[in-house]
Amino acid sequence: MAKVKLGDTEVSVDEDGFIEDPSVWNEKLAEALAATESVSSMTEEHWKVVKYLREYYLKYNIAPMIRKMCKDTQVDLKHMYELFPTGPAKGACKIAGLPKPTGCV
Amino acid sequence: MPDELKRKELVDIEYRPPKKDWMDVAPRFRHGTYIYPAKPKNLKYLDMPNPREWGPAEADWKLPDNWKEIVLNGMRERLDRYRSFKVFMDICVRCGACADKCHFFIGGGDPKNMPVLRAELIRSVYRGNFTKAGRILGRLNGARELTKDVIKEWFYYFYQCTECRRCSVFCPYGIDTAEITMMGRELLNLLGCNVNWVMEPVANCYRTGNHLGIQPHALMDMFGMMLDDIKDRVGIKIEPSFNRKGAEILFVTPSADYFAEPGIYTCMGYLLLLHELGLDYTWSTYASEGGNFGLFTSHEMIKRLNAKIYAEARRLGVKWILGGECGHMWRVIHQYMDTMNGPADFLEEPVSPITGTRFENAKSTKMVHIAEFTADLIKNDKLKLDPSRNDDLRVTFHDSCNPSRAMGILEEPRYIIKHVCNNFYEMPENTIREQTFCCAGGAGLGTDEMMEMRMRGGLPRANAVQYVHDRHGVNRLTCMCAIDRATLTTLMEYWVPEVKVTGVHELVGNALVMKGEKERVLTLRGDPIKETEGDEHV
Repeated sequence: MAKVKLGDTEVSVDEDGFIEDPSVWNEKLAEALAATESVSSMTEEHWKVVKYLREYYLKYNIAPMIRKMCKDTQVDLKHMYELFPTGPAKGACKIAGLPKPTGCV
Repeated sequence: MPDELKRKELVDIEYRPPKKDWMDVAPRFRHGTYIYPAKPKNLKYLDMPNPREWGPAEADWKLPDNWKEIVLNGMRERLDRYRSFKVFMDICVRCGACADKCHFFIGGGDPKNMPVLRAELIRSVYRGNFTKAGRILGRLNGARELTKDVIKEWFYYFYQCTECRRCSVFCPYGIDTAEITMMGRELLNLLGCNVNWVMEPVANCYRTGNHLGIQPHALMDMFGMMLDDIKDRVGIKIEPSFNRKGAEILFVTPSADYFAEPGIYTCMGYLLLLHELGLDYTWSTYASEGGNFGLFTSHEMIKRLNAKIYAEARRLGVKWILGGECGHMWRVIHQYMDTMNGPADFLEEPVSPITGTRFENAKSTKMVHIAEFTADLIKNDKLKLDPSRNDDLRVTFHDSCNPSRAMGILEEPRYIIKHVCNNFYEMPENTIREQTFCCAGGAGLGTDEMMEMRMRGGLPRANAVQYVHDRHGVNRLTCMCAIDRATLTTLMEYWVPEVKVTGVHELVGNALVMKGEKERVLTLRGDPIKETEGDEHV
């Protein structure tokens, strides 16, 4: 488990830079993570998606289906990729401090 | 998408082997060719040995001090326990019939991905330690010492095998090369040399009942979403039951079918079909996974994960089990379950309540593949179908490795597809049915860090799809496996981007004419349905 400095905090991340402990997440950390995922600045729309993901994760302990995420945030998939160029599963989830899903996905 | 991988560079494949003897060439752990190791928390959860932080590209793998003793004892135990392992170690004559049949060798050119040589990685240690000739003659007899470098080589190549068993089809002795890889992985697991893409799903499955770690309330949220979509597109409100005691049938499918695209459209297909039939069935939030990544770990783990499906069937008091479009679940059910957790005598021999057909092939496991079930419905004229709703699609079918080679389900999916689509085209015959080419992401390899090997290994499959795309305009690749639906999607985006991936029951769901449905203008995935003239096909 590598330790990296994100913003002014030192956190443990996995090989792909996802934070290991979702509970250490905060908005400052999200901004630092965004920089690693080709998001130059976090706009209101970015925050809407990231906060949605965060809330969903805290409630259900898993990321939402991508389809559900688009429907609930009213951001279509194309625009989602514009907001998060590395994709909703990798980019947006990483910024929101969620772990990577594994399995037949 | 693996943008950094250039297609042209990838097809420039070097088939000339290195000049040095194979025993003197070590693998190079390069990004894209190996999978990240298991996180310690997952191994701890499963009580598996040697949980630690380590990296395959690092020199020190932090093996236990007595690693050699562990591996040799592990081999001895398995040679005693599994007659097949001993036979496979002894009988190979190295004829080379399998050599050019592996998708990883075809797409990568590494001679150690010739199944014969991959098996030799372990056979050489067997000879050196368990045969007289090998002990005396050493390298002359193809024997070698077990060293830490051998362990590294095993890890590299046994996680570059998808256990697809295409090579076995061509072996004149019938050696099941997947079982050699399985033994290799079992031994590696004794040292804690395993990959996270396998061990996290296993740990999740053990904890929550499915690979993704979906808990019951999250599962209900996901179904809520699919049922809302169904109501929008089909006009029917479906209310399936969950964990219902006394249902006649338990339905089990991979968790990716209700979590990930395009699997969710296949799942909607099941929901529509089972609703239309009025089947007395239930889903389960505990037996909420068809897949069994234990198959990629060890026999003990296969048994442990498979048991929960039957425990749930017993708890709910169902008569039999219907299984969805999973791949390797069927290898487990068809080839291992019976002697591990079976026979499932507390269940009844499956009989379709709609047609009265007795599924004698499932006499012992009591579990029926949904393709058999649906093909039987169509054959008995129980479904009203309008294949013209799939007229925008020009469809081909990828035989998923396990349903085809481990179970022999070859005709049923084709029979269904031909009744729900008007445009169906087969890929070349040496790439389908028993000879089907793997998606290159099975057996726990379907992760992003493995992308280069996945794109290389998937090249033979993609090449065959390209052929039918060029010749017949094929734009849809059908398959019956959740790993396929995930990994073929990436493979197509890379090699044949005009082609999208689908499950068989998504097409069934689109074509199914249902009682009380509204006029269908959108397919299950939301594409417009072309208006057709004339009467409906029935």
